Amino acid sequence: MKALYSLFLVFALAAIALVGAGALGMERTFGLYIPFLAAAVFVVGFCWRVVQWGKSAVPFCIPTTCGQQESLPWIKQSTIENPSTTTGVVLRMLLEVLLFRSLFRNNQPQLYSDGRVRYASSKWLWLGALAFHYSFLIIFLRHMRFFTEPVPALIRGIESVDSMLQIAAPTLYLTDLVFIAAVTYLFLRRVVVPNIRYISQVQDYFPLFLILGIGLSGIFMRYFAKVDIMAVKELTMGLVTFSWKAPQGIGAIFYVHLFLVSVLLIYFPLSKLMHMGGVFLSPTRNMNCASRKFRHINPWKFENVHYHTYEEYEDEFREKMVEKGIPVEKPL
Amino acid sequence: MSTLPRPEELYAKINHTPPKADWMDVPVDIKPGRYCYAANPDSLNYVGLPHARKWNPLDEDWKLPENWKEIIFNGIRERLDKYRSFKVFMDICVRCGACADKCHFFIGSGDPKNMPVLRAELIRSVYRGEFTTFGKLLGKFAGARPLTEEVLKEWWYYLFQCSECRRCSVFCPYGIDTAEITIMGRELINLLGLNIDWIATPVANCYRTGNHLGIQPHAFFDMIDFFCDDIEDITGIRPEPQFNKKGADILFVTPSGDVFADPGTYTCMGYLILFEYLKREYGLDVTWSTYASEGGNFGFFTSHETMKRLNSKIYMEAARLGVKWIIGGECGHMWRVLHQYMDTLNGPEFQSSNMTVPKNPITGTVFQHAASTKMIHITEFTADLIKHGKLNLDKSRNAGIHLTWHDSCNTSRGMGLFEEPRYIIRHVVDKFTDMPPGTIREETFCCGGGAGLNAGECEELRMMGGLPRASAVKYVHEKYGVNMLGCVCAIDRAVLPGTMKYWVPEVTVCGLHELVGNALVIPGEKEREVNLRGEDLPGKEDE
Repeated sequence: MKALYSLFLVFALAAIALVGAGALGMERTFGLYIPFLAAAVFVVGFCWRVVQWGKSAVPFCIPTTCGQQESLPWIKQSTIENPSTTTGVVLRMLLEVLLFRSLFRNNQPQLYSDGRVRYASSKWLWLGALAFHYSFLIIFLRHMRFFTEPVPALIRGIESVDSMLQIAAPTLYLTDLVFIAAVTYLFLRRVVVPNIRYISQVQDYFPLFLILGIGLSGIFMRYFAKVDIMAVKELTMGLVTFSWKAPQGIGAIFYVHLFLVSVLLIYFPLSKLMHMGGVFLSPTRNMNCASRKFRHINPWKFENVHYHTYEEYEDEFREKMVEKGIPVEKPL
Repeated sequence: MSTLPRPEELYAKINHTPPKADWMDVPVDIKPGRYCYAANPDSLNYVGLPHARKWNPLDEDWKLPENWKEIIFNGIRERLDKYRSFKVFMDICVRCGACADKCHFFIGSGDPKNMPVLRAELIRSVYRGEFTTFGKLLGKFAGARPLTEEVLKEWWYYLFQCSECRRCSVFCPYGIDTAEITIMGRELINLLGLNIDWIATPVANCYRTGNHLGIQPHAFFDMIDFFCDDIEDITGIRPEPQFNKKGADILFVTPSGDVFADPGTYTCMGYLILFEYLKREYGLDVTWSTYASEGGNFGFFTSHETMKRLNSKIYMEAARLGVKWIIGGECGHMWRVLHQYMDTLNGPEFQSSNMTVPKNPITGTVFQHAASTKMIHITEFTADLIKHGKLNLDKSRNAGIHLTWHDSCNTSRGMGLFEEPRYIIRHVVDKFTDMPPGTIREETFCCGGGAGLNAGECEELRMMGGLPRASAVKYVHEKYGVNMLGCVCAIDRAVLPGTMKYWVPEVTVCGLHELVGNALVIPGEKEREVNLRGEDLPGKEDE
């Protein structure tokens, strides 16, 4: 049901763009105002969220240690999984952000009828997530050719590697395939795996469908509708050079694509997609684990704390202590 | 109290398929055997915690203060500002499900609300509904719901089905730590006086007598004296521990469970033998304290402030006695607190400037890794002594033991203590086999009774939570003949004997320094006939 809601919502959004930019001829709204507004919401919203997190204090040093600590010199420390230097912490974060280190640990318990719990390796989520994020990144970078003139060599390089199979015309991008496969996998596991379905919410399905919608509309434009690329570039360059004019003959499908991207940009800072920024601020990952070596300072103070002092303790138990020969501050 | 089903029945009943209805529509059902009794109001009053009253979790009316919602909302607001962990963890979960099957309570109970992601969603849904624009506008559509008494009861029930072991956090791609969320959740419900007694009463005891068990100084003295009698019987040598001695070099602090109940008591005897040996051989000057007679900290399971109040004694006592540095005994959450919190909580206020970076006077080793906190773990100390050949160890006295090692959750994921105990193990026992990967080291399982859940009345929950650990023990028992489960945590020593008896009755539980105490040859000792448990030593059975 939640998946269907999300699907309908994405269809509705696509329909808005179709009707708006197509039938109603609101090209300027869908091609200029909304994308600009969306980009602004994204940038401001993203920064605002990160600043809000940054304003929260980090009172304690609470990294999750995932390897041997630094202790005796002859014991080999796990310098990345339990880092005691800044370099170690940076490497830990890089592994986490670039290679999804923690997700790679994933395993799956299975209860056997002989009364034993066994753990099977389970790397599909890791693989799916990695495929999704990296293909998304490459597709994003490829799109920079629409916003630059001349197109930088790096972008052209990515493009030529991505299309190295030289299949079809226009040539097929490998990342398009990987991307659609990965998003489909991420969606299917939410529907098929009972526990994942149980925890999934509208806001888990919606971004998947939205992103899938963006991908499919893009693919449709490139391989099937064969939209006039020069006209598109004219529009996108108009966006970045602030000299926008509505080009002719792009077709409504382009506006669907652009509108869904705009919705994604607006939705991003409001949603779980902010994990992109949040992962860098996670105190269980980004802190130095050598908490006995370096004192972490809590920026705020506990107010009016009551302690049970030794004097109060001795006053209550002095006789009993003296009886056993335990030294006391004040004799009986 | 409910009757515990037989292990096969309990195992057969585990069902990991969630119900059809949306989790928000499944009302909380507080089941006997899975919840702990409410806090005794006297205990809450003793430490000045709010809204102490008699109440019963099974009653409809929890006698909440009239403005309870306002208290919770203000509490959340305050904590979002004070703890970035809380704020970030409320916001960034993508519900990928990597954590879902990592919780021992979920594996053993199948209750979907024991999936870490859902445990967090219980609070997150209210956070969304009350603190985010999106959630306020879209309600359930945005995964949000209002705070009701039903929801509060659900919080309470599941916040006391989390042992704060952090296993889920290891697998989370953003490091979201359910322990952190549980800690915040428990702080919030403590604002309404909704603690459990197995936590609240130890907290009050610890505040008053210095330890969770409420052992007063003369009794503490007597208990240790009793161990000294036993040691004298076994070895012919009587340890003479020092108490509250001013001017000693080192303060020793251990969980009070070690002086109170088997098998922790044997571990305690191990400490006594070790310190006696080092005193006689090298003149090591160690003191115990009756005031700082608790290493553990049930305040940690109540609120950060309560943790600070109970923990303060360690530095205060170190300063009063004028010791140079501190050794801590074998305990789990105690070491989470000592390693990650103590220096921040109480260092600036209470750590004496006369304390020095820990330096082992016998080996000359400077424990640089504890340069600021000035407290080291006893396995770091013992491993260093063994490495320098300072201990005369006779492994053959542990020859009847085939050991496996339970990495305790807190020393694993809140510290990283893996090789120190294993190094000691290799020098005190011949037969040692680790459990399979995925169940040890950073992926180790909780015993099922951490974070204050070792109450008699929640035994069923504990047996469920103990299943993953027990299953791995069963494997090495059946395959390699393991008959002893070693651990470095007092809660483990209290919980695991029951768990083993239930799931793998052939395996018993010990602490590491029990094995050290058995193996250590004190100069001038008589030939030992029995181990610290009074059982015949291998080869001495017939005499």
